[in-house]
Amino acid sequence: MKNNKVIQVEGLTKMFGDFTAVNAITFDVEKGEIFGFLGANGAGKTTAMKMLIGISNPTAGKASVAGFDVFTNAEDIKKNIGYMSQKFALYDDLTVKENSMFFGGIYGLSRKRIKEKSDALIEELGLEKVASKLVGALPLGWKQKLSFSVSLIHDPKIVFLDEPTGGVDPITRRQFWEMIYKTANQGTTVFVTTHYMDEAEYCDRVSIMVNGKIEALDTPKNLKEQFKVANMNDVFLKLARSPSPALPKGKGAERKNTFQN
Amino acid sequence: MKRFIGFIKKEFYHIFRDKRSLFILFGMPIAQILLFGFAITNEINNVDIAILDHSKDATTQEIIHKIGASKYFSIKQIVIREADIASVFEKGHVKAVLNFEKNFGKNLIKDHKATIQIITDATDPNTANTISNYVNAMLMKYQKELNKDITIAYQIIPETRMVYNPELKSVYMFVPGVMTIILMLVSAMMTSISITREKELGTMEILLVSPLKPFQVIIGKVFPYIFLSIINAVVIVMLSIFIFKMPVHGSLFLLALETVLFIISALALGILISTISETQQSAMMISLMGLMLPVILLSGFIFPISSMPFPLQVISNIIPAKWFIIIIKGIMLKGVGIQFIWKETLILLGMTVFCIALSVKKYKIRLE
Repeated sequence: MKNNKVIQVEGLTKMFGDFTAVNAITFDVEKGEIFGFLGANGAGKTTAMKMLIGISNPTAGKASVAGFDVFTNAEDIKKNIGYMSQKFALYDDLTVKENSMFFGGIYGLSRKRIKEKSDALIEELGLEKVASKLVGALPLGWKQKLSFSVSLIHDPKIVFLDEPTGGVDPITRRQFWEMIYKTANQGTTVFVTTHYMDEAEYCDRVSIMVNGKIEALDTPKNLKEQFKVANMNDVFLKLARSPSPALPKGKGAERKNTFQN
Repeated sequence: MKRFIGFIKKEFYHIFRDKRSLFILFGMPIAQILLFGFAITNEINNVDIAILDHSKDATTQEIIHKIGASKYFSIKQIVIREADIASVFEKGHVKAVLNFEKNFGKNLIKDHKATIQIITDATDPNTANTISNYVNAMLMKYQKELNKDITIAYQIIPETRMVYNPELKSVYMFVPGVMTIILMLVSAMMTSISITREKELGTMEILLVSPLKPFQVIIGKVFPYIFLSIINAVVIVMLSIFIFKMPVHGSLFLLALETVLFIISALALGILISTISETQQSAMMISLMGLMLPVILLSGFIFPISSMPFPLQVISNIIPAKWFIIIIKGIMLKGVGIQFIWKETLILLGMTVFCIALSVKKYKIRLE
């Protein structure tokens, strides 16, 4: 195992009864990389991500995150990753400060460290004026930036972002991606799922999941060349035109072949 | 431990910043106990009655006077004709009509037998029953006075003694019941709502991704409610002792232990509910329908279990509240020790362990 591979996945599979939600996916993510994890709704990306962050047991395959095995060391993984979920998930009835203190606390940071980190985070986001206001009163864009900062409070090696920019305006999205870049530059690996194809362009590499399988994985530039299209949106459309899981499995495979000509 | 304290602190912020839950936690117990204690009562007082006196002699006058003078009845109306009785009831104020037969006094002296008809408004059967019992008792007393110089050959004199609650105060019956309801409400409903709230908001996922173990999350969530439930129990017992003069004959320590056991069993039920419901709404509905209704209807709190149909009697056995009510009635009113209630305690303990085991299992399945 090379040291700079922070996520290694091989043949990872998740079955729910007869239904294969994630079908033998294989990929690596390198340290400090921004890895885009794309796919239509129901393609299996959330399920795959849940296996990587240790809240869902894989059915088969191998995976290690931050050097720990997802089967045997899920608890160690949890200490080394940050996670921001699709839903905005801070406590609305706690203040900005109380939220950051609480999450620092559950990651076992020392009192002093929690205070340092939460002060730094509030300053960095320019939230000094509202630090003692309830989070529920903040606009969604601020909440999401705060949520991201809070997921980084324990300096994780990898941060998993599940559709972090849903529902926010373009300016906030831009600012959010600046935060992501900054985080990656400091050496934290960013694993991000998104629906916005312009955001896919910002990633170092992207994978696209269709019907539980990874159908494409490369840099945005290479993918566009491979599919002979001008932007990621068209790459995605070509791959995932009818990604309904109800689709017979054979059809998806056929389509893949035609694309790879 | 430090993580745990942080968690508890957060939980208290939630509780104290939400006016609704504050009200349920502290307003409700006091309101309920006062309501049940003062307003809801099985005793009757100043019930309006009407008289239809066909005889109008000295004897009927005396009886009417005696009844009217008691604190239980006040005579609102004198009815003249039999046909008017229906309209008297229809107006709704009068709950009973006493109908003396013609020549009541004369018959009593000549035939040693006179008839009085007691007609009650049985739209409320309990009150109707009580009224007829009270009137009967007064007539018996009057009859005894008449007979005081005569020896009756055979006579059975029942001497009734109501033990444990000689004054038949209904508050003695309600306090254990209300305490059970409140503890159920606070422990089971509030915990299930607060856990499902985290699920609904998505914060549960964040907590599960953190190094906290699932059981730590759950303990952190229920701990504040154990604390608050105990406070509630203390408030209820204090209110019943100081305001309603309800005695606690048994050991307060035993009462406290049993109460904590019941709180834990209710919390386990709350956790179980939170594992099967995804939203606060459904957690609340399940708690209300699945816990509150059985507690009120089947625990023996209001309706005696022995007079229920057999299937319901069987069902009542699986309701923890039933056993808890038996236990606290035993301790508070009868003053019994553990040797008389160990069976009930054991059943409650068994139910608690079962619920905890089941919710742990359910929780694991959910994480798959």
